[in-house]
Amino acid sequence: MVPLWWYIALGVVLFVIGAAGVLLRRNILVVLMSLELLLNSVNINFIAFGHYYDDFRGRIFAIFVIAITAAEVAVALGILVALVRNKSTLKVDDVTMMKG
Amino acid sequence: MAQGFFLLFAAVSVITALMLVLARNPVHSALALMACFLQISAIFVLLDAPLLAVIQIFVYVGAIMVLFLFVIMMIDVREAVAERFLPSGNLPAMALLGLLGVEMMVLVFWSDRFSLAAPVASRGGDQIRDLSTTLFSDYLLPFEVASVILLAALVGAIVLARKESG
Repeated sequence: MVPLWWYIALGVVLFVIGAAGVLLRRNILVVLMSLELLLNSVNINFIAFGHYYDDFRGRIFAIFVIAITAAEVAVALGILVALVRNKSTLKVDDVTMMKG
Repeated sequence: MAQGFFLLFAAVSVITALMLVLARNPVHSALALMACFLQISAIFVLLDAPLLAVIQIFVYVGAIMVLFLFVIMMIDVREAVAERFLPSGNLPAMALLGLLGVEMMVLVFWSDRFSLAAPVASRGGDQIRDLSTTLFSDYLLPFEVASVILLAALVGAIVLARKESG
C-alpha cells in the first residue's frame, strides 16, 4: 500500500507549484489556472485523509470544494472578459483600478 | 503495484503542473492543466474514491477547462505570448515559496499522524450509498447553500459578461 505521507507530499508539491504560478506569473489567465491547481492539491489532501482514517467528511468537503471552485471560475472569467473589454490588458500589474 | 501507479501519476501530474506554470502560451498552460487534472482524478481512483474521480473529470476537465479555452479563444493572447516570463524583483516571492514548501515538508515528516502505512480498517459496505446518505442528511444545509452559491455565480457571470446596453 502507498503510505499516507506520499499523498500529502504530492499535495505539498502541487500546492507550491500552484503558489509559484500565482505569485510569479503576470498573466491573469495563468494566475487563475494556478488557483485551480491550488484547490486541487487541497482536495488530494482531503480525500487522502478521509480514505486513510475511514471518514466520509473528507470526500464531502472535496465535493463542496469542487462546487465552490466551479462558481469561482464562472465569476472570475466573467470579470476577466469584462476587464479585457474595458482595459484590453491581461497583465496583473496593469489592473490598478482599485488602488484609488 | 499501487505504489508504482502512484509514482507514475504523481510524476506526470508534477511535470504537467510545472508545464502549466512555465509555458509562455496560455493555451499550452490550459492543456497542461487539463492533463494534470486527469492525473489527479487517477490518484482519486487510487484513493478508493471513484465518485470523486468522475466528478473531477466532469467538472474540471469537462466544464472548467472548456470555459478557460473558450475565454482564451475570445481574447487575444498574442500579447501575452511575448511577455517576459519572470519579471525582476520577485526574489521575495521565491523566498516565500521556498519557505512555504520547506515548512510544510518539515511538518509532514515531524508529525507521526502522516506516517500511516495503510488505511485503518474500513467499515465496508456500499461506499457511495453511505457517502450520499451522509451528504443528504448531515450536510443538507451546506448542500443547499452550495446550490444557492452556484445560482448566484450563474447570475453574476451573466451580468458581468453582458454587453453594456447603455
